[in-house]
Amino acid sequence: MSNTAQTWQDIEPLLSVQQLSKFYAPGKGCGDVSFDLYPGEVLGIVGESGSGKSTLLNSLSARLAPDAGKVIYRSEQFGELDLYAGEESLRRQLMRSEWGIVHQHAADGLRMNVSAGANIGERLMAVGERHYGDIRARAEQWLQAVEIDSNRIDDKPTQFSGGMQQRLQIARNLVTHPRLIFMDEPTGGLDVSVQARLLDLLRTLVAQLGLSVIIVTHDLAVARLLAHRLMVMRRGEVVESGLTDQVLDDPQHPYTQLLVSSILQN
Amino acid sequence: MTIMIDVRGVEKSFTLHNQGGASFSVLEAVQLQVVAGECVVLHGQSGAGKSTLLKALYANYAVSSGSIVLRDGEQRVDITTALPRRILALRERTVGYVSQFLRVIPRIPTLQVVMQPLLDLGVDEAVCEDKAKDLLSRLNVPERLWSLSPSTFSGGEQQRVNIARGFIVDYPILLLDEPTASLDAANRQVVVQLINEAKARGAAVVGIFHDEDVREAVADRLVDIRAI
Repeated sequence: MSNTAQTWQDIEPLLSVQQLSKFYAPGKGCGDVSFDLYPGEVLGIVGESGSGKSTLLNSLSARLAPDAGKVIYRSEQFGELDLYAGEESLRRQLMRSEWGIVHQHAADGLRMNVSAGANIGERLMAVGERHYGDIRARAEQWLQAVEIDSNRIDDKPTQFSGGMQQRLQIARNLVTHPRLIFMDEPTGGLDVSVQARLLDLLRTLVAQLGLSVIIVTHDLAVARLLAHRLMVMRRGEVVESGLTDQVLDDPQHPYTQLLVSSILQN
Repeated sequence: MTIMIDVRGVEKSFTLHNQGGASFSVLEAVQLQVVAGECVVLHGQSGAGKSTLLKALYANYAVSSGSIVLRDGEQRVDITTALPRRILALRERTVGYVSQFLRVIPRIPTLQVVMQPLLDLGVDEAVCEDKAKDLLSRLNVPERLWSLSPSTFSGGEQQRVNIARGFIVDYPILLLDEPTASLDAANRQVVVQLINEAKARGAAVVGIFHDEDVREAVADRLVDIRAI
């Protein structure tokens, strides 16, 4: 991250989350979550299945209205926004431009029956690009950036491997230069070798573009590699949070200790 | 003399909640001041808490009480209470940590691994590359390995890559956790030179060294960490 001693303190958070709660049933969902996310920061949300990670991510990314609490986002185009107090159309607008969402299953984030180029171009068109040649050139450029051969531009995602689909999803998101990306288990279900490549790519892009990222994962190695700080969730509550390596190397909460000690050493 | 590291009343205990809640105290009432240009070597038997203290100085471990104030330019930052992003900013340009273990990221070539911390500061790529090559040469990492990922290197080679990475930025504060363990005499000597060069440019160094020759060559002062 591009923090320097001179400027770090003057920066305002990009996202401020205040006492956010969303429960489907007692213990199912997430409760009383508060944090600030700063520009260029990568926040990992870890915890086992059912701990409320994905519910929290959905509520943060304007896809699931919370029962209580606020999400304040400082938008480039619209200024300071109270997400759920505003219009639905505004949230849609954000999702197409300043935000990106990388889903665990590429099929949830891609249109599987149109070409790779069209998948990328669609986002550009949603923010007003009209020139076909430009759109195609940008699509090619982004395919290369995620290490997909640009001669695959007219192939459909169904003809791609799982790892390639995931990289295409990332390209589709990044083409509009978003400021904030939400990721839900982006490496879940991929082979280990494919995972390493994707992680390396993500890490590089995040640093180069100065993106802010909220990433949900149950894989602590992924969290260590990508996240600057962590929130550990259990049964809908944040039980511990802090600097990534501090949480993983000196866990304080019994649940975090259990998570960390359950990793197989090699 | 500029105090770079100011440790006051630091206590650290570990509680193992999943092993019957066993709790043990490792550090008690630790006081330590380190000035610019000085090398303090932590001394004490195995298990005394030397590594724990060093990790606390890097905010890798959280202390139970007390304060650890690091000097960052004109600012003084208590890392026991600072926000994560403040600590990350400190680690970027002010405080470096070198252990004997390299955390390998798959696919990244050695030269890139070594250059990265300096590149992250916005330094020109050619400058970073020259410095990385110089360090790798001095540490006797063969040139044919520079373009390869260190993941397949021997333990000793990885260790030297890690040292090169740790010395690429001229950190004002340098924490060294047995960086010379299991190095041969020639390479130990290179590390000694690197440490002395860091001191000469004004770095405050805190280290753990088991080799007596290294300790003699770099230490201005030994600080006893007693087992409790």
